[in-house]
Amino acid sequence: MSKMVPLPSKSIVPERDVNKPPILETNHLGIDFGGLTAVDDLTLAVGRTEIAGLIGPNGAGKTTVFNLLTNVYQPTRGDIMLDGVSTSKKSTAQVNKMGIARTFQNIRLFGHMSVLDNVKVGLHNLTKENLAVCLTHLFGYRKTEKQANEQALEYLDFFGMADMANFPAGSLPYGAQRRLEIARALATKPSIILLDEPAAGMNPSETAELMNNIRRIRDNFQIAVMLIEHDMNLVMNICEGICVLDHGKVIAKGTPDEIKSNPTVIEAYLGKKNDKKVEAKEGETNAES
Amino acid sequence: MAGFANKYKRLKKSTRTNISAYGLVIILFVVALTMQSTGAISNSLSGQLVPICTYIVMALSLNLTVGFLGELSLGHAGFMSVGAFSGVIAAVSLQSSMGSGPLLLLVAMIIGGLFAGIAGLIIGIPVLRLRGDYLAIVTLAFGEIIKNIMNCLYVGVDMGGLHFSLKSVNDLGMENGKIIINGPQGAVGIPKLATLTAGFILILFALFIVLNLINSKTGRAVTAIRDNRIAAESVGIGVTKYKLTTFIISAVLAGMAGALYAMNFSTVAAKKFDFNTSILILVFVVLGGMGNIVGSIVATTILYMLPEILREFADYRMLLYAIVLIIVMIATNSEKAIQFRDSVMAKLSSKKRKSQNDSETKEAVNNE
Amino acid sequence: MNMTLVSNLINGISLGSVYAIIALGYTMVYGIAKMLNFAHGDVIMVGAYMCFCSMTYLSLPPIVSILIAMVVCTLLGVIVEVLAYRPLRKASSLAVLITAIGVSYLLQNAALLIWGSAPKTFSSVVPFGSVSLFNGDLIITGESIVTVAACVVIMICLTVFTKKSRMGKAMRAVSEDKDAAQLMGINVNKTIAITFAIGSALAAIAGVLLCSAYPALTPTTGSMPGIKAFTAAVFGGIGSIPGAMIGGVLLGVIEIFSKSYISSELADAIVFGVLIVVLLVKPTGLLGKKITEKV
Repeated sequence: MSKMVPLPSKSIVPERDVNKPPILETNHLGIDFGGLTAVDDLTLAVGRTEIAGLIGPNGAGKTTVFNLLTNVYQPTRGDIMLDGVSTSKKSTAQVNKMGIARTFQNIRLFGHMSVLDNVKVGLHNLTKENLAVCLTHLFGYRKTEKQANEQALEYLDFFGMADMANFPAGSLPYGAQRRLEIARALATKPSIILLDEPAAGMNPSETAELMNNIRRIRDNFQIAVMLIEHDMNLVMNICEGICVLDHGKVIAKGTPDEIKSNPTVIEAYLGKKNDKKVEAKEGETNAES
Repeated sequence: MAGFANKYKRLKKSTRTNISAYGLVIILFVVALTMQSTGAISNSLSGQLVPICTYIVMALSLNLTVGFLGELSLGHAGFMSVGAFSGVIAAVSLQSSMGSGPLLLLVAMIIGGLFAGIAGLIIGIPVLRLRGDYLAIVTLAFGEIIKNIMNCLYVGVDMGGLHFSLKSVNDLGMENGKIIINGPQGAVGIPKLATLTAGFILILFALFIVLNLINSKTGRAVTAIRDNRIAAESVGIGVTKYKLTTFIISAVLAGMAGALYAMNFSTVAAKKFDFNTSILILVFVVLGGMGNIVGSIVATTILYMLPEILREFADYRMLLYAIVLIIVMIATNSEKAIQFRDSVMAKLSSKKRKSQNDSETKEAVNNE
Repeated sequence: MNMTLVSNLINGISLGSVYAIIALGYTMVYGIAKMLNFAHGDVIMVGAYMCFCSMTYLSLPPIVSILIAMVVCTLLGVIVEVLAYRPLRKASSLAVLITAIGVSYLLQNAALLIWGSAPKTFSSVVPFGSVSLFNGDLIITGESIVTVAACVVIMICLTVFTKKSRMGKAMRAVSEDKDAAQLMGINVNKTIAITFAIGSALAAIAGVLLCSAYPALTPTTGSMPGIKAFTAAVFGGIGSIPGAMIGGVLLGVIEIFSKSYISSELADAIVFGVLIVVLLVKPTGLLGKKITEKV
């Protein structure tokens, strides 16, 4: 049952995606840990090439939503549809094969492997090398490895990291590690990529570069991006639709302008309501200048 | 010579490992063969050459599980046991039709590997659902179960084929048959087929499999699972599938080594493949460096030969191994030791980089 | 009523009580330091040797000998914790487990060098003989009675200790969340060291009771009961004191029954089979809590 966008909120999907089915939908999604409800009644839709934002105060359950979307946790209630197909009862690996890739809040790279190999691991399901090939290095091993190397380098080049290909991933500076994690996720050829606090710990110039990269990802690969972020400047600038969570519940959905002026949202960011507004506005002016 | 050294340094890391591993094994083989033919080594040490080869293969295969998969298996000797006994059964029952030659040994080793692989599959499916300490303790349990079962296993062969029993020889119901496995006494009347050359070829085979596997899609997946399981899953790697594959390959190699080991003696008891043997192999792997192929070969060779060479040392051997094991683990894993090592490495690499840059600039100038 | 069955049951409960006392050491250390102290079984062996030496060579009374064994084991446990495990607090569980195996081997081989591989005949510490019931149809050994009684007393004391005392509360806090406990002003290292001390003292008692019932004492005496007691701890639910008791007793009964009714050679295989089934079907054990992984 694939619903046509705009649903459930008219404003959350950008116009170019309006008459196409959404890439990702959740219906009344919820999860309990013990007796505690971490996420409840989450219903949203993400357009095929949308940059969507998931924001909310600390502990609102944002990362839990990502863990639900990637089936790291199994939902207690509701379901998730990826391009009209339910992802329930699938493993995390299978969900990735279906088209959801992600990054992690605390970077999870394969630290002992080279930068290139990290991306090659991302290419795993696109590399045609069966066990016989792996064990003997015959039957076209050289060709598939060469292809994988070239493809991996293309992804690295996209983020200007091709010259770091042979470094151990663990030795990269922080910003480069974040980019590598995105490159690795993109290498799985997803139809939507989930970024968990991609700008955390970055300085303003790095954040600006990241914003540019996120737009390039969308334009180049024609995929949807969904991100969790605390940097309101970034969120308000690049997201087309925003969903605000508080205590596991959706308290608002809409365009950046709608969210900025939503009284419930301002209240949720307790005590900071004035600061937030100012921050967001300042961010805008900064980005313009 | 300097030119060669430079070329060697510029090779990819995997190529370097391959060259040094194969090179080392070939050198060791040539040395052992020369010493054996000239009689430069004692009889007792000469008798240890095949066991050393099998233990090198055991260490290589365990390194696959511990070093690359990152899971501790405490029942590796169990696979050796399965390989040894099934290999012996195959060899004895096929002896009359195939004759006692290298071909029979090869068949015995293949059958040993096959059965160990099946054991690996049966054990691996439940075990690999667990993690960390639980996984280790269950592999230990399986190792002990295999030992216990082998200890009460009776197998004989007569005109009607193979006979099995878990109770006694009489229970086999054979007429004029030959007993192959006699309960706690283990395998008896084994044809002594093992040779140093066979051991050498088995090591080369194990190296070929292990090194190829590491430098492949499967190897990358396995290393990724070890480094960060959750991230590996998030890029579409089916964790169980790759864990199981590695576990089975490791078991097959151990089974082949077990078959070769048994063929070096006239009798082998199940007791030989107990928990202590599993730990001994683990000591070889840890002291050689987890995930270090060349290290496994070096450590096994040295640690296996030491008590033969230094008789006085034999009594203190396990005590010393235990102490060294603890020290190595603390030195490579404690926070303070890692900080210390990183600071030293940082100093060294900054010096190295400087000199490298210098030489590169020189080369660039020369090229122009 | 079948007296062999009752007799087997009593033997099973008695053996199980020893497992339960050993399992306590595992379960407390696992609950608090999140590590499998593989060397715990060998502490039992050291305790038994200490008691044997002070009774045989120093001719001390059993009670004093047991106290000496407990003191030595307590010190040993704390020394091992501080020297070998403390530096690896933040290391991978693989590294810690290999270190623990190293410690286990160190203790076994040190004992082998000191006391040799020939078994020592341990004389029972229990001052009274067997009790005969039903006209001699059922004989209960003094060792069985003392073992079960000791186990019950220890369980009650430990439960009261962890529930009521300051240190016990600190232990529970550390087992819940090490970092939070640290922030609350609890000395985590000290708490873990005390856990090791208690576990090792109990191991000494277990060693003495085990060798009173099965008198052949060798350097590897502790390793099999150690592994089985870990099985018992997992069976009952790791981290749970009553769980260790239930798991230990069940395992002891299973072992004795398999020995008498199935096959004495395969009894160990059956016990390990139980471990595997428990871990696969209910990895949290009978009374354990579920742990969710953070992503």
